Order: sequence, then structure tokens, then C-alpha cells
Amino acid sequence: MGEEVVLFGTRGSPYTCRIEIALKLKGVQYKYIDEDLANKSPSLLKYNPVHKKVPVLVHNGKPVLESLVILEYIDETWQGYPILPEDPYERATARFWAKFIDEKCFPAIFKSCWGEEKEREKAVEEVSVVLKILEDELKEKKFFGGENVGLVDIVAVVIGFSLGVYEEAARVELLNKEKLPRLCNWIDDFLSNSFIKESLPPRDKLIAYLRNRFRSGNASK
Amino acid sequence: MAEENKVSLHGFFASPYVRRVDLALKFKGIPYEYVEEDLKNKSSLLLKYNPVHKKVPVLVHNGKPIVESLVILEYIDETWKNGPRFLPEDPYKRAQIRFWASFVHQQVFENMVLILKTDGEAQEKTVKEVSEKLSLLEEGIKSIFPEGIPIINQENVGLLDILIVSTFGSYKAQEEVLGLKLIDPEKTSPLLFSRLKALLELHVVKGALPPHEKVVGALKFMRQNALNSASV
Repeated sequence: MGEEVVLFGTRGSPYTCRIEIALKLKGVQYKYIDEDLANKSPSLLKYNPVHKKVPVLVHNGKPVLESLVILEYIDETWQGYPILPEDPYERATARFWAKFIDEKCFPAIFKSCWGEEKEREKAVEEVSVVLKILEDELKEKKFFGGENVGLVDIVAVVIGFSLGVYEEAARVELLNKEKLPRLCNWIDDFLSNSFIKESLPPRDKLIAYLRNRFRSGNASK
Repeated sequence: MAEENKVSLHGFFASPYVRRVDLALKFKGIPYEYVEEDLKNKSSLLLKYNPVHKKVPVLVHNGKPIVESLVILEYIDETWKNGPRFLPEDPYKRAQIRFWASFVHQQVFENMVLILKTDGEAQEKTVKEVSEKLSLLEEGIKSIFPEGIPIINQENVGLLDILIVSTFGSYKAQEEVLGLKLIDPEKTSPLLFSRLKALLELHVVKGALPPHEKVVGALKFMRQNALNSASV
């Protein structure tokens, strides 16, 4: 069956990264197209006229948008590695934590490093609160998905990878190893996974990019 | 499925988020106990079931809580396979519906709340934004149903329909309180409006929406509160 899978993304974006992880876990062959967000390609604008954003997954010419929607689409379309569990209650739990990370964790992490100066202190506190909640949720599990990487782990690339990169680039400390031992172990396991490693952008390049984008010059964004 | 199926919904009568779950349960014909929460004095049960967000709606199924309205809707659809299926079988159509449901939830509804809570220039700006979003939604509806929308009945309501009713169902009350029209049935939203009207005729929906005056009262109260706390 002739099948074409194209992923429009930007290197460095955790949202794009999630999709690459999922596709690799499923063993799906795909073509990756890197978008320059300051100069979006006509293809991207055609496939995502509503939000004009990445990532966009195009499967046999049909676009799927929004990283969480794409992850569910990937899980439902390609068999093999399960991204979501079978049981409806466990699925609901996974979806809940995925949203929590997207809506509460990542914005706070981003703001604490790259937000307006006056917002940063409050954001740092917020990060401490949400990371503790995740620490507690992890309990004795190796991954949020249990024995293996699942939806929540994939979405949590913002914690597994982005968090450390932002800390270094912004010179802000967010991960308290004494208070968050389980989360720290999780990060180690996360970064050791081969499919995840393959999907991560080069760290140093990303740090340089972030510093340049958000810290160079002064004032205006 | 488990023989013992105890379902309860913790909610607040004026919350459209709760309304979504309420509608879903009714469309599926699932018997449940409704617990009205006083949001200024949340029950210890609510805090136990939703320690992270401390919000309604919370669906409790055989003692296990599920929170976040969209998560609950999918849970209901996956657990009770009788009645209308809220999401279609085809993964691509599912992705489209999820995208637009999320769009209504985040892009449209959250902005409508802002309209209620602001006035003057800030409100005007948001009204314009909502109008733009509604245009996009109209296009979205067309793309989901390229052959035209099927006639709605209680057997084929879907996820997006539930979002539409819970968001726009009390449009008359919204218009009364705000003194402006949010949905334009002629220019911007003919499909949306006709779908909404068809949904409002359904027996389940008629039984689920609170009376006009009650909604007007709740909206006025929320608006007053917001404007009072905003003014310095």
C-alpha cells in the first residue's frame, strides 16, 4: 500500500519532537520538513490555514493538526507499539496528565525562563508546584505509562528534555534533585530510550538558539 | 461491562463544562446521580476527587473520578458503547472532530467568557476575535461534512454537537445580558446556527438546558463580579 507520511515541524520545538517520538515508536517511515517559522512555506499554510502552526502531520495528503490530536491519530492508525493504554479509565488518566503538562507545566516552565522579568519569579514557584504534582503521580512507576513509554511520557518531553535545556540556556534552576528524586530518575530513563534519543534536537545548538532568540540585545521581543 | 454501574456527576448548574457531561450522559441514557456543588464552599468529596484542579465537572464511575470535560466525554463514549457514538470510527474523521471540539473549547468558548467579563475596548477586541473564530469554525464544519450535514437526531449526535449545544445553547440569554449578538446566522455562521437550532429541538437537549431566566441571572452575576473586581 503506497503510503505517504510527511511531518512539518521545527527542530527544537517540543511539540514537533513528540510527533517524531511517536512515529519512531510505531516504526512509521516519514519525511520530515523543517519549517522556518519566520518564513512559512506555502505547503504549511495550505495544510494548516487555521493556526498556521507546526507540527502538522500529512498522511496521504490529508493534514492532521494539534500535537495531542496527532498523537491519538498515530495511535489509532498504526498498530504495534501502544501509545495509549487499552482500558478507558487508564486512557482518561493519560489524557488528563497530557493536558496537565500542556496547560499547566509547559507554560510555567517557559515563562520562568523566557518570560517578562516581573513574571519570572512567580512562574518559578508555579513550576515547583506542578513538578511536585508530577513527582507524586509517578509513584513507583518507571514511566508515566508504566513499564514503557506512553502518551504522557511523550508529551512530557517538555520536562524530560526542554526543561534541562531551558535551565542551562537561561541559567535558571528549576529541578530540585532533593525534592524531585523520582522525576529525576524518570528524566534519566526518558533520555536513555533509543527512540527518544533519536528524536531530540542537538542540545548545544538549541541552547545557542534560545539564548540568541530570547536574551540577545535587550528589551523588546 | 461491570454489572454494578454507579455513576455520579459533580457539577454546577450554570457551568457549560458540566453541561457537556450532563448532555453526554443523557444522550447515552446512562442513569446517574447529580451532585450540585457550591463553588464557594467546595465539598470535601470534590476536593478528594479532583485534588489537582479542584473543579467541576467530575464524573465518578464506580468510585473512580474522571475530570476535564473533554476527557470525560471520550471516557463516556469508550465505556458505554450503546447509544450514539460521539466519535466516528475512522481515525481521520476522529482527528478532525477532536481538532474542532478543542477549537470550540479553547478558541471560541474561552473568548466568550472573556467577552462576558470585560467591557469597552477590551470587550470589543474579543468580540471581533470570536467573530473570526466563528468564521473558521464554519469552514471547519463544512470540511467535516463535505456532502452536507446529516439530519440530527438522538442517535447520531456527536462530540462536536455536544460542544455546540453547551457553548451556544443559551445564546438568547447571552445576547440579553451582553446586549449584542455573538452568532450571526446570516453572514458568519449559517451552518452552525442551523445545526444549533436542530439540536435545541431534541428532547434530551430541551430537558438539559436550564431555564432562560436562571441563565440570565447567573451570567449577570458573573459579569458583575468580574467587572467589579477588574475596576481599581
